[in-house]
Amino acid sequence: MTARWFSAAADDELTIFERSKPGRRAFAPPELDVPERPLDELLPASRRRAQPPRLPEVAEPEIVRHYNRLSKRNFDLDTGFYPLGSCTMKYNPKLHERVAALPGHAKLHPLQDPARAQGALLLMWRLQEALAEISGLPHVSLQPSAGSHGELTGVLLTRAFHEDRGERRTKVLTPDTAHGTNPATVTMAGYEVVKVGTDEHGNVDLEDLRAKATEDVACLMLTNPSTLGLFETGIEEIERIVHGVGATLYYDGANLNAIMGICRPGDMGFDIVHFNLHKSFTQPHGGGGPGAGPVAVADRIEPFLPRPQVVRRESAPANGAGRVHYDLDYDRPKSIGRLRGFQGNYGVFVRAYAYIRSLGASGLREVSEVAVLNANYLLARLRRAGVLEYLPAAYDRLCMHEFALSGAPMKRELQIKTLDLAKRLLDHGVHPPTVYFPLIVDEALLIEPTETETRETLDRFAELVVQILREARGDPELARQAPHSTPVRRLDEAAAARRPVVRQAL
Amino acid sequence: MTRYTSVTDDDLREMLAEIGVDSVDDLFADIPGALRLERQLALDPGRSEQEVYDELRALAQANVSTEDEISFLGGGMYDHYIPAMIDSIVQRSEFLTPYTPYQPEISQGGLQAMFEYQTAISELTGLPVSNASVYEGPSAVGAAGYVAKLEKGRRRFVVSPALHPHSRETLATMAGGWGMEVVQASLAGGLTELPELDEDVSAVIVQQPNFFGVVEDLEPLAATAHAAGALFICACDPLPLALLKPPGECGADIAVGEGQSLGNRLDFGGPSFGFFAATEALMRRVPGRIAGETKDVDGRRGFVLTLQTREQHIRRERATSNICTAQALNALAGVIYLSWLGRAGIVELVELMMQRTAYARTRLAELEGVSLLHDQPVIREFAIRLDAPLERVIASCREHGINPGYPVGRDYPELTDCLLVAITERRTRAQIDRLVEVLGAAVAANRRSTEVKA
Repeated sequence: MTARWFSAAADDELTIFERSKPGRRAFAPPELDVPERPLDELLPASRRRAQPPRLPEVAEPEIVRHYNRLSKRNFDLDTGFYPLGSCTMKYNPKLHERVAALPGHAKLHPLQDPARAQGALLLMWRLQEALAEISGLPHVSLQPSAGSHGELTGVLLTRAFHEDRGERRTKVLTPDTAHGTNPATVTMAGYEVVKVGTDEHGNVDLEDLRAKATEDVACLMLTNPSTLGLFETGIEEIERIVHGVGATLYYDGANLNAIMGICRPGDMGFDIVHFNLHKSFTQPHGGGGPGAGPVAVADRIEPFLPRPQVVRRESAPANGAGRVHYDLDYDRPKSIGRLRGFQGNYGVFVRAYAYIRSLGASGLREVSEVAVLNANYLLARLRRAGVLEYLPAAYDRLCMHEFALSGAPMKRELQIKTLDLAKRLLDHGVHPPTVYFPLIVDEALLIEPTETETRETLDRFAELVVQILREARGDPELARQAPHSTPVRRLDEAAAARRPVVRQAL
Repeated sequence: MTRYTSVTDDDLREMLAEIGVDSVDDLFADIPGALRLERQLALDPGRSEQEVYDELRALAQANVSTEDEISFLGGGMYDHYIPAMIDSIVQRSEFLTPYTPYQPEISQGGLQAMFEYQTAISELTGLPVSNASVYEGPSAVGAAGYVAKLEKGRRRFVVSPALHPHSRETLATMAGGWGMEVVQASLAGGLTELPELDEDVSAVIVQQPNFFGVVEDLEPLAATAHAAGALFICACDPLPLALLKPPGECGADIAVGEGQSLGNRLDFGGPSFGFFAATEALMRRVPGRIAGETKDVDGRRGFVLTLQTREQHIRRERATSNICTAQALNALAGVIYLSWLGRAGIVELVELMMQRTAYARTRLAELEGVSLLHDQPVIREFAIRLDAPLERVIASCREHGINPGYPVGRDYPELTDCLLVAITERRTRAQIDRLVEVLGAAVAANRRSTEVKA
């Protein structure tokens, strides 16, 4: 058991509401500088609440201490290795926080006249151009708020595209390896999900795809590299099959970090792509957001993109040269409409743009090269250390930026499950990989080291897994009861779901 | 090597040897040759930190922010003061950098903050079940519509015309996928009036205060919705709820809203957060993450993500929503802000805004050529009608460093001469007086008629 990285003060477990005492306060209001009018005159009693909301009553020092202590009960990416597969937990550059906080960005009102928000619109336009180049698809909407929101946008774009051609299609194909957001999105967009299988090499089963790609299929949603961390070697044939029945090909950009500057979804024949700016483009994950999920599309999908669209306009030449300005274009008669308020998560765009500007073309390519190098190196290290005897690779191939292992032999031979291994890692100050996903791998463990980790960190992780397996051979209970050194130990999730307590009784 | 990667030439050689390949290119052998990009991306070369800073600063300076003018813009996001403590807390790596708390033993900080946030949102809305956040206000309305669709399965929504235009449009976009229709109710004197409702309505959706700043009388609207067997959904602005009867007490089944005004930056529209609260009866249809209290094996209190069988990563195509990443960090800012205001402070703040708003409204209404669009009760926003071309008045105000408000004609073509004016606690009496002076002069110089007030 290693050093505690968290706070263990005795009263850590109190909530901010439990720290409350009547009469304490942190807020001092500004002066009332206008003539005071009776409340009843301004707001009829019938529309007022009977008593003030029971918010905490705590002075500033205690609020700050409370949340600082809470923070120390979180594990974070700046403290330790976080190889959480499919989440791309790469370093979030500090510069981005500084530039996003500049008042010209942070205090810009979303309804400001576009003529007075030219810096923001130029930034958005340049980001659109960069994302178009990276994806190989020419038109970009920055509006969606996260990956799953981008997915919903993409499927609604598909619907609009087909309806415009007078076609009514009812099904969307998703591989059995897909993120849960894919099938959930399909349902939410009003289609029926049809699952496509995976072949013995970890690729989409082309026979199954051919059988299921019928004329009533609207779209295939594909993650490439897949959630197994494998590049679809049959992507060219997949493209022919899907387009052959008039369906669109949708690229889930969750794994874009593997291929930036190496190959492009547009060149593979994808019609619609979403990006996770909180994965490949370093927006901090924030413990569950914010993110952003822009989409890029082919020419034939462009008319349907959400409103408004950031555009570059050139005004009539005066004295020889036209004046360029940037604007929000609402005049898009075939648009699917809005998917959210205002123009999107602009603060996220600032960070993503700063990242692209910092790295440039060769830097982005290097990101993907090192992400893939690190993943393959870690896989090789684990293999050399004998770990794969207990945790074999789900598919014996070179991987891309992540790889899936199966803990089934470990469970059988060492009597510890993937969950136990994950929980034991917590005692060593390492965030576990993604567990029990992809669903098609028994006792799955999905490991994504990312490009920002050093070789030494990868070596240490490999040694740590060896150590845990060795320890389990002697005493499996250590892992089964793990974690031992965290602020709380294993929590009763079943009880929480059976009788949900989702707020504090006040 | 980029400044965020660490592979030296020696590392590279040894790592490739360990893998058993000759080059990095070999690692990409699975990508068909025809699909390889045989050139560099057409992007500018990478630049140093200070150069990137300078560029981003220049872009920031090309915007007119609320620090650069006296801004009366509102319409869904507001220029509130954000206490310094929020930045200092939400910038801590422990809150800024983790993923969604799938490993609760090392995520108690984030999970407990979610639980505290949910408690605060429940208290404000008067509804027992809050989730941990959705994207933002208008998509929260869409998410509430989806719950109503799942719950009722009827083919129409009836929405107030004073529901934020972005909310109406977002709902319509999503409803298109469900084969549902969005029907508009009407407005009378600034208040929503419902048509007769038939059995085809899944939900009635209104906003409190509405887009024009008016405090709606929710109870009769809720009763009408319920009488037709529809859900009643209220999109609300969280700060005014300090004074207003909570939507839950007025009969709302779901309350959603835009959380920006709770300690979040304007950020040109995002990221902020959306909140989502509902009745117990709808608990298992609520979208997104929910933190719940439980105990660990030693009997210590702890928090976990709960009711996960609603969610996409477990239930896949039968999930109640596709949402995964939401806006946890922004919701954290929200609960810190509400703790900073506290029980007395939130009332004081909103009363202050209401007093200044009343003052501004009275002063503006006294001007020649300016009238109120309605005289219903308001909290921190109201609409005025100008007897002068709006564009010229706005341009003239800008010359004096004032942004007088949002021209609602962009969303309501019948109201091209109307301006929505927001008065947060940031707008002092002196600034309001200046607005009255400058706007009054601009209207006087551009009057259409010569009518004089009695």
